[in-house]
Amino acid sequence: MSKQNSMIEWIDKRFPLTSNWKAHLSEYYAPKNFNFWYYFGSLALLVLVNQLITGIFLTMNYKPDASMAFASVEYIMRDVDYGWLIRYMHSTGASMFFVVVYLHMFRGMMYGSYRKPRELLWLVGMAIFFVLMSLAFTGYILPWGQMSYWGAQVIVSMFGAIPVVGETLQQWLLGDFTLSDAALNRFFAYHVVTLPVILVTLVFVHVLALHEVGSNNPDGVEIKANKNPKTNIPVDGIPFHPYYTVKDIVGVVVFLIVFCGIIFFAPEMGGYFLEYNNFIPANTLQTPDHIAPVWYFTPYYSMLRAVTVNFLWVDAKLWGVILMAGSVVIFCFLPWLDRSPVKSIRYKGPYFKIALTLFVISFFVLGWLGTKSPTPLYTLLAQIFTVIYFAFFILMPWYSKIDKTKPEPKRVKE
Amino acid sequence: MADSFSNNNEMSGRRKFLVAATSVAGGIASAAIATPFLLSMMPSERAKAAGAPVEVDISKLEPGMLLMVEWRGKVVWVLNRTSEMLETLVKVEGELADPNSEKKQQPEYAKNRTRSIKPQILVTEGVCTHLGCSPVFRKEIAPADLGPDWMGGFFCPCHGSKFDLAGRVYKSVPAPSNMVVPPHTYLSDDRLLIGSESEGSA
Amino acid sequence: MIPFSVFAAESGVMLDKAPIDTTDNASLQRGAESFVSYCLTCHGASYMRYNRHRDIGFSNEQILNKLVYTGQKVGDLMQSAMRKKEGEEWFGVVPPDLSVIARSRGADWLYSYLRAFYRDDSTVTGWNNLVFDRAAMPHVLYQLQGEQRLTIKSGDKGEQKSLLLDKTGNMTVAEYDKFVGDLVNYLVYLGEPHANNRKSIGLMVIAFLIGMLILSYALKREYWKDIH
Repeated sequence: MSKQNSMIEWIDKRFPLTSNWKAHLSEYYAPKNFNFWYYFGSLALLVLVNQLITGIFLTMNYKPDASMAFASVEYIMRDVDYGWLIRYMHSTGASMFFVVVYLHMFRGMMYGSYRKPRELLWLVGMAIFFVLMSLAFTGYILPWGQMSYWGAQVIVSMFGAIPVVGETLQQWLLGDFTLSDAALNRFFAYHVVTLPVILVTLVFVHVLALHEVGSNNPDGVEIKANKNPKTNIPVDGIPFHPYYTVKDIVGVVVFLIVFCGIIFFAPEMGGYFLEYNNFIPANTLQTPDHIAPVWYFTPYYSMLRAVTVNFLWVDAKLWGVILMAGSVVIFCFLPWLDRSPVKSIRYKGPYFKIALTLFVISFFVLGWLGTKSPTPLYTLLAQIFTVIYFAFFILMPWYSKIDKTKPEPKRVKE
Repeated sequence: MADSFSNNNEMSGRRKFLVAATSVAGGIASAAIATPFLLSMMPSERAKAAGAPVEVDISKLEPGMLLMVEWRGKVVWVLNRTSEMLETLVKVEGELADPNSEKKQQPEYAKNRTRSIKPQILVTEGVCTHLGCSPVFRKEIAPADLGPDWMGGFFCPCHGSKFDLAGRVYKSVPAPSNMVVPPHTYLSDDRLLIGSESEGSA
Repeated sequence: MIPFSVFAAESGVMLDKAPIDTTDNASLQRGAESFVSYCLTCHGASYMRYNRHRDIGFSNEQILNKLVYTGQKVGDLMQSAMRKKEGEEWFGVVPPDLSVIARSRGADWLYSYLRAFYRDDSTVTGWNNLVFDRAAMPHVLYQLQGEQRLTIKSGDKGEQKSLLLDKTGNMTVAEYDKFVGDLVNYLVYLGEPHANNRKSIGLMVIAFLIGMLILSYALKREYWKDIH
């Protein structure tokens, strides 16, 4: 006991160990009414660690060379001891990252976690989401299969839609006049060095920002506003450690059961996590009959395809790109679009509930459409749901203001 | 860290037990997940295939000639020793650190004076047992740089270790032991198999 | 006599269900031998090593005797005997590597494809395929299956295409189906040799996690007694 204490004392004089432990865990007070939706933050952290570790081990055997990349992945799958496990952990982790991040974001939208004073927290979170998308994109190129190649081709060609500088920009990004070894090599660099460093930094900032303002909760009550005058501890708060650590462990184990279920029994996930066409080596001369991005990009991909007419001096291609980019960027404006007097969906009125439901439906429908080949009917559906998707955001200042809300409680509900 | 668990002074027996049990299970899980990652760093199937036994045709190996063969990325020497060379093996024995090959640096069938299956054919890894350089074959007798006592052998240019024509190390040199004789066998008179003692694993 | 038929509706071809059981070593071994004798001359399986076939119950000696023809070593990759350039000259395309073909095409497609060749004088090879129109590959297995002919009937539901056996081969229809079934079973194994291993490890992992779940849930309840 005393030996351990003196050791900690020695460290504390040189590094703020105990004070950080207290500030961020044992004396960080979180609202006691977290529900199911509050698991996904810690799970995202878990998946991040999974991606970092499995990624490091994959780089030990992967070759970022157009003539060797595909074979090196199969080499990992067959010749490296447990290489298949590491690869599946990484490929499944990529998809599960989006699953938990989407649920984490949806939680924020339901309970108004983006509202004052958490605007910056939300923006940092959005930055994390952008980096995550870039990581997913650069990572998907690496196996150099048909979907890697043609998926990347489509995405990179979007930059060509930008007026004046588009073509030059595209060549600058590719380091060649077409998608080739040069691009594969540099996207590998982004995927394993640049982007992970940025991502880890942003996650660190995200947690710091969270611990500055404190967690929101399903009731949208600011627990810091109601502190016990003697102890100066929020009356509705409980120490994160041990209460939320033990709770999050349960969440982690449930998540791992799902995660391992996919890794060990359905690593392709019916072609959604690992696409069938990506088991064909990249062929620069032949596009597969049907190309679709991985599931987590399909909603935005649908919107890219939805615009078929030139409009206001801007051609359809550029509109598609603008809509696609806009559909992601628009999340950043949520803190200022929401004019409701209350934060949580529990006290918001029917307009918001209907709007959020329609938004979720349109997200799923657009996602589903993105996996299909376009037909006139599908394109029409994509157009309708693109409008609904954007209407959720653009009309929010209006419907959130006139909505009939219930008064927010002073204390959290059990 | 354990403090904050025990801070709660009246930590019940049940709580203590559950904390311990979960920690143990977590420890097992961590060890279990670390294992495949560590194993993935072992030589892969490709490396093992490259390390497969190598067959060598020695019909054209003249007496006094040294043949270099690659096995598992290492150089293996096949030396056809003349009868004069074999005679030197007896003469130098007094200056050797391990003349009878007591240290297990060779398979049992090569634990003899010539350290070989056939007396004239030496098969040894051309790797200095000091720090892994590859020694130079110096068959000339008493060259200027190695002194008048040199009867022919292997000299390591890195740190000056000396070996005789059976790969046995001299006394008072940095290398601690004789050079390694890899497992090998003769499939026929002229066909030497390095890396295995049986034909089946070829 | 309709030995088997593949129906082409507007939506495409209905595929037959392949009899896949990658734990059936006897079937996999038969498939491996057929693969080496019929496929490997033109196609490679160049991510696969011969000695990996110990997974399906072959010993090193058996692998050397039954699978390795070209003086390669047991640890070598299963390269095609044909050079890429020759393939391009002969067939117009380089025959694809088959290591992961079952993962891109799917077992049912392969099973149907290998049984759907028919005589067609309008093509370069004299063969066509109901599943893969104008396939570059000739019917390598025709001596076994025999020769099929395409018949097209127009009914109420549009065109109905079916294949009739014109000339019988060395095998009966049932034998040929079994032969192709074994071959496709092997291709599925070839696509992911570790799949069986993966599933058996998976069972242990899930069992452990369920135990862990019970334990961690008990721990959580124990602590949360303080709150409620």
